[in-house]
Amino acid sequence: MSRKLLLANDHVEGIRRLDVYRKHGGYNALEKALKTMTPEQIVEEVKASGLRGRGGAGFPTGMKWSFLAKPEGVARYLVCNADESEPGTFKDRYLMERIPHALIEGMIASSFALGARTSYIYIRGEYFYVANILEEAIAEAYEAGLLGKNILNSGFDHDCYVQVGAGAYICGEETALLESLEGKRGNPRIKPPFPAIAGLYGCPTVVNNVETIAAVVPIIQMTGAEYAKIGVGKSTGTKLISASGHINKPGVYEIELGVPVEEFIYSDAYCGGIRNGKQLKAVVAGGSSVPILPAHLILKTASGEPRLMTYESLSDGGFATGTMLGSGGFIVMDEDTSIVKNLWNFSRFYHHESCGQCSPCREGTGWMEKILHNIVEGHGTPEDVELLWDIQGKIEGKTICPLGDAAAWPVASAIRHFKDEFMQYVTRPQSIKDVKHYYRVHQLAEA
Amino acid sequence: MAKVTIDGITIDVPDGTTILNAARMIGGEIVPPAMCYYSKLKTSGGYCRTCIVKVTKGSEKDPRPMPKPVASCRTTVMDGMEVQNITSPDLLEARAGVVEFLLLNHPLDCPVCDQAGECHLQDLAYNNGKAETRYAFPRREFERRDIGNNVQLHMNRCILCYRCVKVADQLTDGRVHGVINRGEVAEISTYIDNVIENEMSGNVIDVCPVGALTDKTFRFKSRVWYTKPVDAHRDCDKCCGKVRLWYKGEEVLRVTARKDQYGEVEDWICNTCRFDKKETSQWTIEGPSKISRDSVISANHYESLQSLRKATKEQLANALPHGEKVQAGQGALNPNNQKQ
Repeated sequence: MSRKLLLANDHVEGIRRLDVYRKHGGYNALEKALKTMTPEQIVEEVKASGLRGRGGAGFPTGMKWSFLAKPEGVARYLVCNADESEPGTFKDRYLMERIPHALIEGMIASSFALGARTSYIYIRGEYFYVANILEEAIAEAYEAGLLGKNILNSGFDHDCYVQVGAGAYICGEETALLESLEGKRGNPRIKPPFPAIAGLYGCPTVVNNVETIAAVVPIIQMTGAEYAKIGVGKSTGTKLISASGHINKPGVYEIELGVPVEEFIYSDAYCGGIRNGKQLKAVVAGGSSVPILPAHLILKTASGEPRLMTYESLSDGGFATGTMLGSGGFIVMDEDTSIVKNLWNFSRFYHHESCGQCSPCREGTGWMEKILHNIVEGHGTPEDVELLWDIQGKIEGKTICPLGDAAAWPVASAIRHFKDEFMQYVTRPQSIKDVKHYYRVHQLAEA
Repeated sequence: MAKVTIDGITIDVPDGTTILNAARMIGGEIVPPAMCYYSKLKTSGGYCRTCIVKVTKGSEKDPRPMPKPVASCRTTVMDGMEVQNITSPDLLEARAGVVEFLLLNHPLDCPVCDQAGECHLQDLAYNNGKAETRYAFPRREFERRDIGNNVQLHMNRCILCYRCVKVADQLTDGRVHGVINRGEVAEISTYIDNVIENEMSGNVIDVCPVGALTDKTFRFKSRVWYTKPVDAHRDCDKCCGKVRLWYKGEEVLRVTARKDQYGEVEDWICNTCRFDKKETSQWTIEGPSKISRDSVISANHYESLQSLRKATKEQLANALPHGEKVQAGQGALNPNNQKQ
């Protein structure tokens, strides 16, 4: 069983409330930070911890913090990205819902480190009840003197606000989030300038994921060096994984980075194996936008090494045979899953969520979805599969923000690893209409 | 100053220049096409992705190539940067892909579109696109919206370049139109059937690269290549008063701002000049406008040129050296003048 840092007190009754949270060591880290450390020391601790952004990109947090411009007389902001919209990811919701003070403590400590007087938690519209939980927790914190003026007599003033979005995936992209937070249309900005130079209201801003900010608390408590001892190589610390799909025990698991994927799927401490004793077919390891991998490649890398739950191991082999840890949305598919139908579902999502700002994504996502719908309905042709491959290549890397890539990667990886299944759909459309017949044919083909 | 090399041609440009503007300083074939960037509008560009280029060397300090193609209109040059545009076949393929995306849902109603002949999308598709479409689905259609008496909106033709939004933001007070909805169904519209009435609002027609925003007073009057552009000016207290009149015979069919070689206006004009002053007597004529010989607008004037060329080849060779701009609508070369 892995060591738990974020969800250690998850089981405690009433941990959502401030008094219970404090009784279990809550806000000790904040006290330590405010009373015994300087902002620079905290940034150094975070750097030493090797903490990497938990939102998906995995960028080193300490480095991101040190990029923050600090001009005299200009406000700085910390913004928490709680717009968790990646299909298959629900770890932030779980954390905020269960232990809201973990995030708020992290917000205050991080703001102290960055010199931010004001911070915002931008939460997606669908999480309105979580926003209420956060609001309650913030009110408790104000009452206890943990927010507001002169926090814990340290002379540090801080205000934290919750802003609810309107339910757009694109607002999880940090610059679109800032636009939305400013009250504008949630379109990603063209970079540079990066938020660290000109972010919210044109001021230097750090945007971090919920889990990243919450992880600052144990880092302060146990020191960065200790935190860095957990994990493998450059993947340090613990990570929340949202496990879903055809597994016996779906849910949020806190793992030490470095757990083998095989153990994560089959061990009773985690997913508990595939549901109904079926075979594993494929895994989307980090939320819907990362490449899907077939069973043999997710359990072992192309070179035969066992694959571990780390940033490096999962991306071993590039996109040809690897994937990404992403946001930790671990979607498991059993042998009965249709990869083509699943891909159509993903494409439908990206089509719906494209902001429409730049042409490849606006037009391409819709095109791919329509072709996939045709294929799923049995009207596809082998040329359609070639066309899909071509379209995804023309979207990837040509767009303003990573949504274009996120729409292109699943298509590319599904065709790369499951071309047979696409060909089945387009060459024998009758067989897929009769599902039983389809599986018979499939089994025959495999035998 | 920064030294940048684009397609093997090196130039020194001031710091902070974008790759696109550096390419424009060099000029010629290597200038990337731009559908949404507009040098006169702040924060424009970055949306259409037609101006993408490949950066093969980031700078002298950090020579790593950039991993993805970048939008040249929004990427500033670094000292020692090396850029590939027309010398990279991959990039041209990627650009052809962008053109395909732009045309994907475009209605291709050029035969009935007032913009035909001066449409940047036509030029772009002709220069960078492919002859056939691979899109086998119905093209999207928008509900027709009336945005006032002066400007005709055809949302089906729009490529969402955001130029008209930026004109409204930067030239007028109180923008009443913008982009509503998201993704594929995002559209330029006024909020709850509002009307665009601002005195400078007619400029959205000039900045629109396609036929999405056209002049209602010119609607279906003539194909642009049958009209003769003439530069003129008047004293105007609202704008510079420097315009281009488009004649058919004696009649002024429309008034636009003057445009440079990249199709960008030289100076904004007001709605009074654009829509209300359509008599020759209201203007001081400066002379025929210069139109690029590549433009279809000049093509009509060449019909007579072709026959003339046969007759007096030498004379013309002197008068019109290859590559120089033709003064269209001048003297005997103009069919309108011949008829008279």
